[in-house]
Amino acid sequence: MRRSRTLAAVLAAALMLTACSGDETDDTADGASDSGATEAGATDGPLVVYTGRSTELVGPVLDDFSEQTGIEVQVRDGDTAEMALLIEQEGDATDADVFLAQSPGAVAYLSEAGLLQPMSDDLLAEVDEQYRADDGDWIGITARQRVLVYNQDLVSEDELPASVFDLTDAEWAGRFAVAPTNGSFQDFVSALRQTEGDDAAEEWLAGIAANDVQTYGGNSPIVEAVGRGEVEMGLVNHYYNHRFLAEDPDLPSRNHRFLDGDIGSLLMLSTASVVAGTDQAQAAEELIGFMLGTQAQEYFQAETFEYPLAGGVEPLDELPPLSEQDLPEVDYSSWGQDLDSTLAMITDAGLESPE
Amino acid sequence: MPDTTPDDRPHVPSAGHGDVAVGAGVRAGAGVDGGREAATQRASRRGAWPARTWAVLVGLAFAAPMVFLVLKVAAEPAAAVAAATDGRLWPPLRRTLVLATSVAATTAVVGTLTGWLVVRTDLPGRRLWRILLPLPLVVPSFIGAFTFLIAFGPGGMAADLLAPLGIGWGIRVRGFVGSWAVLSLFTYPYVHLLVASRLNQLPPSLEEAARLLGRRPRQVFFSVVVPQLRPAITGGALLVFLYVVSDFGVVDLMRHNVLTRVIYASRLADVSLSFTLSLSLGVLALLVAALERMSTRRDRVAGARAVGGLQVRLGRWKPAAVAIVAVVVGLALLVPVAVLVTWTVRGLLVGASSTILDDPTRLWAPFVATLRVSLVAALVAVVVVTPVSHLAIRVRDRLAATTSTIVVAGFALPGLAISLALVYWLRSTPIYQTEVALVAAYVIHFGAQALRGAEVAVASVPHRMHEASRVLGVAGWRRWRRVDLPLMLPSLLAGGGLVLLSVMKELPATLLLSPNGFDTLATLIWSAASEALWTTAAIPSLLLLAMSGALTWLLVIRRSDAI
Repeated sequence: MRRSRTLAAVLAAALMLTACSGDETDDTADGASDSGATEAGATDGPLVVYTGRSTELVGPVLDDFSEQTGIEVQVRDGDTAEMALLIEQEGDATDADVFLAQSPGAVAYLSEAGLLQPMSDDLLAEVDEQYRADDGDWIGITARQRVLVYNQDLVSEDELPASVFDLTDAEWAGRFAVAPTNGSFQDFVSALRQTEGDDAAEEWLAGIAANDVQTYGGNSPIVEAVGRGEVEMGLVNHYYNHRFLAEDPDLPSRNHRFLDGDIGSLLMLSTASVVAGTDQAQAAEELIGFMLGTQAQEYFQAETFEYPLAGGVEPLDELPPLSEQDLPEVDYSSWGQDLDSTLAMITDAGLESPE
Repeated sequence: MPDTTPDDRPHVPSAGHGDVAVGAGVRAGAGVDGGREAATQRASRRGAWPARTWAVLVGLAFAAPMVFLVLKVAAEPAAAVAAATDGRLWPPLRRTLVLATSVAATTAVVGTLTGWLVVRTDLPGRRLWRILLPLPLVVPSFIGAFTFLIAFGPGGMAADLLAPLGIGWGIRVRGFVGSWAVLSLFTYPYVHLLVASRLNQLPPSLEEAARLLGRRPRQVFFSVVVPQLRPAITGGALLVFLYVVSDFGVVDLMRHNVLTRVIYASRLADVSLSFTLSLSLGVLALLVAALERMSTRRDRVAGARAVGGLQVRLGRWKPAAVAIVAVVVGLALLVPVAVLVTWTVRGLLVGASSTILDDPTRLWAPFVATLRVSLVAALVAVVVVTPVSHLAIRVRDRLAATTSTIVVAGFALPGLAISLALVYWLRSTPIYQTEVALVAAYVIHFGAQALRGAEVAVASVPHRMHEASRVLGVAGWRRWRRVDLPLMLPSLLAGGGLVLLSVMKELPATLLLSPNGFDTLATLIWSAASEALWTTAAIPSLLLLAMSGALTWLLVIRRSDAI
């Protein structure tokens, strides 16, 4: 009996703790949205952001935004395609106001379905014409390049493949990794379809699947595994390895760019969009404007090692300047409109080794 | 729940519960049965209809997810048939079956062996092992999974430690092998606890007799001990089986394409496929649970705990026995804790780029959210099921008994199937993406744990107490508050506590149903771990471990002092 009384006391204490702290959080939240309402003229509730980029990367920027404007931001995160499909399925009922994507493919898909609304011309003018949608449905926030990250202890630089198409060679069997559920990989496949045609894309996917490609859940896990030597190489965006090296300069992981003009060296944009039917269009644009402002762009340049697109911020010196590269050309606007068939193509290729 | 005698049921939704149920049953004593008989005949049926309505509503609510899945699949039979025939259903289903069966078999062996070693032998350091062996229950299996990835993968911590010795190390802790190893190590306590508590109740007379008749210890073990333990072993293995079929975190981190992983991946891109797979997952779990119930004879344990008990001398097997328990505890307890502490310390030393290190207050909201939803779910679960238990046991109402069975089946139904149904069912309602929907899923999934507590609680109020109160003129609300409640409270709290513990560690339902901007510690850890951000994953993991450890201590370890 004594024992159960202790138990009761602990449970009661825990209940009281949550009750109190629950109140506290409510208070601060109310306070924040109150001041937000007066300053920004925000209407009801917090600004809801669906993000395909991990909160580990964009969270600090969103927090700064809330702090400086008083507008409360609620985040839902997941894979980019997942978040796009969720917005599509929720339709009119969605709470999402802003959609942050890892890459423009999923965005073009939503745009095609009429689920995004154009941003104001003032906001769009923040970035160069080539980094935004013609219809104003999305705007680029940062740019990142597709690279092959490799472990320099396991592969020497001069024997690395010159083209992403070489990865289907027997020489690389079982030695490289991709992230099939990741938005950047999916958009790379979309670009492949656009530039080389569906047959070539299917053939490449089947080729790497037959070549015992290793799969991971995203870019970070691939870079981490390459750093440990679990797998020798992986297709990722450039900036993850810079992050890992900043933390541990002894890591043997390095970025390799394919030959100039190779589709494997594609430039990808991370984007922001306003979800159609939002009752907070003004706050949504304010957030996107903040992400294009100098402070946020400096964060993306220095903390996540991406190419800034606005705010007068220049890329880090250690990154190869975009102007000196012969980048593969893709039409960002029509890219990925058939996201669902790209996803089906990846699934059907059977990249995930089952046993 | 057709049979409601509390002390003949080693088969329970959670190991902790096993002890609670058994312990409380023994405490309530022999008076219960006679009292209940009388109660059944004399129970007042006045006012029964609101209670019966309640039982019907609860039954409907608990059955709703499965009904929804059946309706959805039935509405598009072509899609289901296509999935079944074009190879999208069978491979993941086969992997789920193989994984769950292997893990259940492994834990049956490990749990039985360790249980027997700490109760019936002269294993050195028994007292310590008795405390340590159930503790891996505290570690959510997805935390175990990512710590194993860091510890044992190529270039991982094991490789770093062994490198100076000139030993090369690198196993690919992925796929089936990784999932099997991790799930086995973090679920064997279900079998261990049930076996150990069963051994404590079993009088050693049969074993003594067998030995007096000249049987060797090993023969005694296989011919006398194991058969008596069978209900405990199959009960525990069933819990493990159900745990594995519904697990999502481990198989996702290990990239093993079993049903849950494919359901999660296809839930938006191919909705009808995910419904079909969820239904098959639910049917599989319910079938196995039903088969186990039907096949296990629930014989009653004669007499209470035998004093003294028999002790087998391990002799020259002693080192091997110690090695076995040490390896199990080392892998299931030491490795995760060591990895988490190492990464936290490392993160602090190198100033890792981790959002949580930058701003530890980011832990506060998920911490509070975890406590809030688990406490609310525990409270709601107890309040919802207690009247049903009362009706089923005191009044022997068949309707309520059916509801009890449905509630228990809810435990077998994987959280992912429940939450997928709720997501699509509630999408156009105002409670979509609110904590209300989340708590509803928790209550449906874990209500069975509260139900066990409630059943023991109801049975622990002897009817003669009611007569005594009537004689003394105490009735109605006052009687309930002053007589019934104090007697029921320990068991109700224990049941609620188990719900609390389960919700704290829950992952897939939380991922699917959480409101915008809402994180529990579990979802925070999972998203960091799936991004390979080990420092960011390690810090909240230690916090969750501490919370769940404290609660497990109160509920399981301290209560199993009989072991």
